[in-house]
Amino acid sequence: MTILAASGWTAALGHPFFQHALLAGTAIAAAAGLTGYFLVLRAQVFTGDALSHVAFTGALAALALGYDLRIGLFAATILIALLLGTLGKRGRADDVAIGSVFSWILGVGVFFLTLYTTKRSAGNGGAGVNVLFGSIFGMSAAQALTAALVAAGICVAVLTIARPLLFASVDEAVAAARGVPVRLLGFAFLTLVGACAAEATQAVGALLLLGLLAAPAGAAQRLTDRPFRALALSAGLAVAAMWVGLGLSYAVPSMPPSFGIIAAATTAYAATFLPGIRRRTATTVAGLTA
Amino acid sequence: MTVKPTARVREASQQTDPQRSPAPARSPSGTVVSLRDAAVRVSGRTLWSGVELDVGAGEFVAVLGPNGVGKSTLVKVLLGVLPTAAGEVRVLGEQPGQAGQRVGYLPQRRSFDASLRMRGTDIVRLGWDGDRWGVPLPGRFGARRKAAARRIAEVIELVGAASYAHRPIGQCSGGEQQRLLIAQALVRRPELLLLDEPLDSLDLPNQAAVAALVGRICREEGVTVIMVAHDVNPILSRLDRVVYLAEGGAVSGAPEEVITSETLSRLYGTPIEVLRTSDGRLVVVGQPEAPAIHSDRHAAPGAGEGKP
Repeated sequence: MTILAASGWTAALGHPFFQHALLAGTAIAAAAGLTGYFLVLRAQVFTGDALSHVAFTGALAALALGYDLRIGLFAATILIALLLGTLGKRGRADDVAIGSVFSWILGVGVFFLTLYTTKRSAGNGGAGVNVLFGSIFGMSAAQALTAALVAAGICVAVLTIARPLLFASVDEAVAAARGVPVRLLGFAFLTLVGACAAEATQAVGALLLLGLLAAPAGAAQRLTDRPFRALALSAGLAVAAMWVGLGLSYAVPSMPPSFGIIAAATTAYAATFLPGIRRRTATTVAGLTA
Repeated sequence: MTVKPTARVREASQQTDPQRSPAPARSPSGTVVSLRDAAVRVSGRTLWSGVELDVGAGEFVAVLGPNGVGKSTLVKVLLGVLPTAAGEVRVLGEQPGQAGQRVGYLPQRRSFDASLRMRGTDIVRLGWDGDRWGVPLPGRFGARRKAAARRIAEVIELVGAASYAHRPIGQCSGGEQQRLLIAQALVRRPELLLLDEPLDSLDLPNQAAVAALVGRICREEGVTVIMVAHDVNPILSRLDRVVYLAEGGAVSGAPEEVITSETLSRLYGTPIEVLRTSDGRLVVVGQPEAPAIHSDRHAAPGAGEGKP
């Protein structure tokens, strides 16, 4: 069994498309896991959901206007993330603001989809589907490298602001009194969430990226009550879900990679509800990081 | 007719000045907090003005007054979060907000969500290094890590929270959370502790216990404490001084001098009676809520003569 799995991985790693997917996927998953931990902690998961709609619209707008899809992705998600921050209080987007903005955004996305399919889609008919469900196995070497570098940048940025952001998220008034730039951190974090949503769209697609942001983070928070351990665990679970998903999808060709990735992430989250798992894992994690 | 509400009360506070000037015995070394003719405006409304206050090192001071009079606002001014509209404010010899970790703060609250998966020690730890960038690196800087762990354990022991500090804070009771938050405010060894209604929403035994804890911190650790309170009784026996805030100004002094029918009636411009129960508790009757003062002011005979 192990030998079979090992040989399967070796075979998979021989394919350039799989290497690209693994490179980009690992970095994107780590970024999503780190960002997702704070999204869950700050109860801003809904913001992530809204940004996935924005990602769809941004990508299709860029395609319809004839630009690189990624320019549209990043511009739209980061811009709207900052807009949501200004609408909400203290650099946190509130639910009403998000709810008002995001269905409208999705409508604009549908408009661009129609524009694109009627005017430009001659050579790339599946682009709309790729934006919605991701196309990680279709990445070129250059695209994978860019995605991995941007994701690594997001990881470094999240880790840099991690401690004051934790302080500001849990204990805003005291953090502000101690000189932590609470509002600025809120905006910086939303920018990172926007960039992360744009990245994750390339891996699992706009419809499913929320799963990669929320499920590993939710599982990590259920498994440990130490914040920095949970942060590391969230990133670890997201990367593991990415690897399992890519492996499954390679082994079962009819299974799309985004399904495999999200299924693995959701399974990990669901498993934390099984009796016995929480305590055992907590002990293992404690043993590993002690 | 323009009414200057400040004048009348400023006069009142001046009348109590002579009583106040002999500083309490326990403030030999310098002033920790001073306000000179300070005023604050929040969204266009003057909450208080003409406030004169000096708090000496090691004093335990209570800030009292009706709802909405700006007690929490005073704390925010001292923290440098809100600017003053007039006058001068010094905290530990600096502009408000400049003293950094030398000031510990416990906001009005605030209970943690029951689902929050963070231990009490993690909350206390945020008070230690939560304002530093980056993440704590495992294994490196061993000495610094040990110093942090030692101080955090020490302060948790000081507030008597050792038995539940490892539990998720959302699962701790209100009193337990309050002790952990006091530990968080104390962990960097501040010289001044600003507490905003720390006894609010606690049951009576916990009120007494937390009041005793704050009193002990003030005496034994030599920390100056300014506590906003709704009810003075749980802390009455430990106080060096009370400050009564009113729309126009403030009166401060020893509790027995300030919490009297005469002083409070003069401050609020309305008849107020202070009764003492057989067990020494004070009951203030007729203390107006802030909006009531506002309407009283116009009705009060001779209110207009307060023009300077």
